Amino acid sequence: MSLPEPFRLAAFVLGILSFVGLNAAYLVWVEPNGAGRFQRRPGPTEAGPAGLLQPIADALKLMSKQLIVPPGVDATLFRTAPVLVMIPALVGLAVIPFSEKLVALDVNFGLLLVFALGSINVIAVMLAAWSSRNKYAIIAAARVVSQNIAYEIPMLLVVITVILSSGTLNLNEIVRQQEGWFWNWNAFKVWVNPLAPFTFLIFFTCMLAETNRAPFDMAEAESELVAGAYTEYSSMGFGVFFMAEYANILLGCAIGTVLFLGGWQSPIGMFSGAIWFLLKMYFLVFTVVWIRWTFPRTQFYGLLNLSWKILIPVSLFTLLLSSAMLKLL
Amino acid sequence: MIPKEPLPSTDSSHETFVLNIGPQHPATHGVLRVKVKMEGEYVLRAEPVVGYIHRMQEKMGENRTYNQFLPNTSRMDYLSALIYSHAFVGAVERGLKLQVPPRAEYIRVITSELNRISSHLVWWGAFLLDLGGFTPMLYAFDDREKILDLLEAITGSRLTYSYFRIGGLCNDVDDEFVSGARAFVKHMRPRLKMYRALVTDNIILRKRLEGIGPIDAEMCRKYGATGQVIRAAGVPYDVRRAEPYSVYPEMDFVVPTCKEGDSMSRYIVHMEELAQSLRIIEQGLDKLPSGPVMAEKVPRVIKLPAGDYCHAVEAARGRFLVRITSDGKDFPYRVKLRTPCLSNLSLFEEASRGMLLADALALMGSLDLVIPDIDR
Repeated sequence: MSLPEPFRLAAFVLGILSFVGLNAAYLVWVEPNGAGRFQRRPGPTEAGPAGLLQPIADALKLMSKQLIVPPGVDATLFRTAPVLVMIPALVGLAVIPFSEKLVALDVNFGLLLVFALGSINVIAVMLAAWSSRNKYAIIAAARVVSQNIAYEIPMLLVVITVILSSGTLNLNEIVRQQEGWFWNWNAFKVWVNPLAPFTFLIFFTCMLAETNRAPFDMAEAESELVAGAYTEYSSMGFGVFFMAEYANILLGCAIGTVLFLGGWQSPIGMFSGAIWFLLKMYFLVFTVVWIRWTFPRTQFYGLLNLSWKILIPVSLFTLLLSSAMLKLL
Repeated sequence: MIPKEPLPSTDSSHETFVLNIGPQHPATHGVLRVKVKMEGEYVLRAEPVVGYIHRMQEKMGENRTYNQFLPNTSRMDYLSALIYSHAFVGAVERGLKLQVPPRAEYIRVITSELNRISSHLVWWGAFLLDLGGFTPMLYAFDDREKILDLLEAITGSRLTYSYFRIGGLCNDVDDEFVSGARAFVKHMRPRLKMYRALVTDNIILRKRLEGIGPIDAEMCRKYGATGQVIRAAGVPYDVRRAEPYSVYPEMDFVVPTCKEGDSMSRYIVHMEELAQSLRIIEQGLDKLPSGPVMAEKVPRVIKLPAGDYCHAVEAARGRFLVRITSDGKDFPYRVKLRTPCLSNLSLFEEASRGMLLADALALMGSLDLVIPDIDR
């Protein structure tokens, strides 16, 4: 299937927008349902069959609320921040290969693009908090910045180990190299990098921290900081942050799938396709939800200690080890 | 890992600001307000402001009869209402020199301990909620529901029971309650094991609580802190042992203590008390005698002979004492209520100095505060 260029792009823009929109909306449904199962309660059941219309009801409710811009805030930044937090997640998905053919932008620097855009997220949350002129929000802003700096480093270090072994920044190419049975996936390739499973765990931990998810939800620690960076937001301003959180989880899990779990490759070496990609990605998403409803929040200095004292040394060591392995083999 | 002597105080190059936590804030679980002077994320001085839900309980005691005041005792620490009623009826019974029938005393102890478990479960869930763990709350309420059902069946209400009467109980318990309580004990023991595996031994929780907010016995004495706070500091002070009342002397249980005095010790003392309460309930059910549940010759109009009458109990959060001063009329002359939470809160300012905000809130959660009990 190949459309001429402008139409292909338009189709993909539409596709990604609806993919993110639907997923974000229905992750909002999955989250309370998953939480319900973990907490021995039914979760949403009233709106529509099995509560399936709940996200739509939530969105309608949020949209019908007044968008309050409190006096004294920097109105421009206050309004820009939700937009800024949403865009990187949307654009980042453009380079993700859903299957061998199904990719909006099959570019050679795809990985670089995703991580470059991903760092905008921090600035957006910081802007939101800073422009709110709220003490809780400003504390949250300080936390977000130090947390994201601390976790971007080990994340990029483990990603570099993958780049080293695959020798390309093209995401589709990285997936192609993981062809065959599941032990060919980067997370299990112990003959290339003996610590491969650990690199995946480090990546996943950093992804949780980057997306401000529990147990690293410092920016939104509601028992300490009310709603953290989003304290002053109401209506869809808050709704967009909420959706962006899920869009970012989706993006993070998609990258994890592509880099470490073989993307659209099937685990048994045949019948590869988009279905495998989605299965793996949603499994990661489910794990994210699972972790959130199981663990209490970490302490802030504990979080920074984990990064600077454990994750960064370990990921540096894996980098060293895998480069040495590459040189030797 | 915890910053020892942080921060600087008066140097004007440092910027400080005041953060108002509460009276509506998710961490205060009620209308408590804490004025926190902060430097960055460090607490320089946290000043609790109380009184938002003050109802003049002591004054109310002076202008109504003893029986009319009895329901008020359930409305201070609403989570352990039965235990509070026990102190009040105990003080009045001392004044009247009433002999409460043994069956009534046993039922008082059994229901009080059930109430203590339900109170500790709420604390456990809410504390974990403070620490960002959402799920334990629902599990705790699941278990608490069973207790509430049991107590509802005999008292008719689920929170503010007013089940104890001066001289005995409002009504006897039936066999269904006895078998239900036994079933609950059986149900709860494996649950406690599960809580231990799932939450207490969780490394994130341990890192979060160990060494946070140490409170030593000296500080407890200074502020009059009791309950889990002083027991976590290594002092085995429990009113049930120190000033025995009711049938507690006949019960076999230990007073759990810890040495460190940090938030984790308070957590562990709470969890250990759950197991001890289960033991007391089991023994109480085994020994439950038959007989009446109301003393004979309880006067219709209660008038205490002039004098001072005290009764202390070990409430779910510490020592609760009722002191009634009577001048021989049918209204008390003065009712003094010594509640544990006010003393436990008053050490917060000293204990939280120099802590990170998140740690200070964890410390506040571990003090197990019930706001209407502070303000009363």
